[in-house]
Amino acid sequence: MIIKQISIFVENKAGRLAEITEAIANAGIDIRALSIADTTDFGILRLIVDKPEAAALALKEAGLTVSITNVIAVGIDDTPGAFSVPMRVLADAGIDVEYMYAFISRDTQKAYVILRVADNDIATKALLDKGVTLLDENGFYGLVK
Amino acid sequence: MPIYKPEIECASRDYLRALQSARLIKMVKNAYENVPFYKQKLDEAGVSPDDIHSIDDISKLPFTVKTDLRDNYPFGLFAVDKNDLVRIHASSGTTGKPTVVGYTQADIDVWADGAARAISAAGGKKDDIIHVAYGYGLFTGGLGLHYGAEKLGATALPASSGNTNRQIQMLQDFESDIICCTPSYAMFIGETIRDMGIDPKSLKLRSGIFGAEPWTDEMRKQIEELLDIKAYDIYGLSEIAGPGVSYNCECQNGLHVCEDYFYPEIIDPHTGEVLPDGEYGELVFTCIGKEALPLIRYRTRDICALNREKCACGRTTVRMEKPRGRSDDMLIIRGINVFPSQVEHVLLSLNMNPNYLIIVDRKGVLDTMEVQVEMNPEMFSDTVKGIEKEEKKIENALQSTLNIHANVRLMAPGSLPRSEGKAKRVIDNRKL
Repeated sequence: MIIKQISIFVENKAGRLAEITEAIANAGIDIRALSIADTTDFGILRLIVDKPEAAALALKEAGLTVSITNVIAVGIDDTPGAFSVPMRVLADAGIDVEYMYAFISRDTQKAYVILRVADNDIATKALLDKGVTLLDENGFYGLVK
Repeated sequence: MPIYKPEIECASRDYLRALQSARLIKMVKNAYENVPFYKQKLDEAGVSPDDIHSIDDISKLPFTVKTDLRDNYPFGLFAVDKNDLVRIHASSGTTGKPTVVGYTQADIDVWADGAARAISAAGGKKDDIIHVAYGYGLFTGGLGLHYGAEKLGATALPASSGNTNRQIQMLQDFESDIICCTPSYAMFIGETIRDMGIDPKSLKLRSGIFGAEPWTDEMRKQIEELLDIKAYDIYGLSEIAGPGVSYNCECQNGLHVCEDYFYPEIIDPHTGEVLPDGEYGELVFTCIGKEALPLIRYRTRDICALNREKCACGRTTVRMEKPRGRSDDMLIIRGINVFPSQVEHVLLSLNMNPNYLIIVDRKGVLDTMEVQVEMNPEMFSDTVKGIEKEEKKIENALQSTLNIHANVRLMAPGSLPRSEGKAKRVIDNRKL
């Protein structure tokens, strides 16, 4: 029920994002989802890709600072109010969300939210107990195109 | 370890004092008679060469400072005719006109003798290849160690600085025994060797002689690990001769001064008063063994202390402590003295890469200090909070050592400029 996200340290320097995405392209990696956290001094680019280990290796070889983090992918219907359900579950369980980002799949008409929480096991259990759909790696990579 | 010149390096203190007295009398006479600047300076101070009877009289003499060399640019302080010069060196002109230094053949021999003592103290022998990766040129580093190696009868390899891959190839193929370069370049070579997947134990290299910029004992340990060698400190400045004015022996407990050529004193930088052994102050040298540029009580701006106790290596020559920093490297930030070496010390104590950059600026009336440091890869996770936490940790460590707040900015590993000569550690954007 855990998805691997790769995070890349991005210095605040012209052309850095182009270099990073080119390194990913050269390794034949397909990006599924992304978000960037930015501060005045640096950014952190977070990616969900089809081959996270291979992507991390390729980026490290390109001289980048990379880490792999386990995150949760929640699948919700693309309808008003759907997203509030898992959020309420986490709030009631006292689980803080570090950050999240979302995207919509063309094929399944579903929305997906990537969630980063302190403890994946507790969050996963709380969400599954309330019937929230979570995606595992295979399901995620299979579904989201 | 062999001692290159035991008759001097292990001489009795009485013998050394007698030698220094005789040489001081001779050099003051030479300076007074052949350098108009010194004639005027001694006359103004009311001192005549006839007042100098022993080395104890040195405190009667006035000081020489770097601006005196600049004011007499280029050859005004030379005591010999240009015909008698065999070499000229000059310091980089980062803060004004370069300081120009001339040497007679006897001066080159003196300098090479000092450098040979240093190489020998680092274990150098006649059948060794001495890999000189200091820059060759006006800078004294390259040629200083080069002539020292030849004087010793060893084989000099004039690699000069730069082209690190070629340096490493020579270390492998020529089987260099001892490498001489700046400590920051030694770190860079060591890191490159590791990056290339070369086991340093596969190299024949067994020691290194490093100097020309301040470095700490922690950095020494890092270099020793990276290159699997023993690292020796060498000290020198072009005004006095070049590298080889003083050097580490195997005890690595201070640097033995070639005090038969370069007489050291420690003074209070504010009052000029001579301080007793063991006290910290500004290091001053008098060139009692040189002809062309007989500098009297030259103020080096280096802060250290002297120790005249006999060393466990057998040498009796005075040891100077590794300079704690140069008084002109010293930054005054919000009224507090900051030595860049303190920042290095803190980074190494946190197991961080000591490649850093200090940026000082002034916002309104307040000085700001930013320290850019390369993060260790394991410091990076996926959150901004995580990086800010690491920065805070370093800021706290700096605060407790420097007594002022510095903003720490973590940079990607390998992103700060590496130096192949003297590392640039400070950018001061204040218009002072």
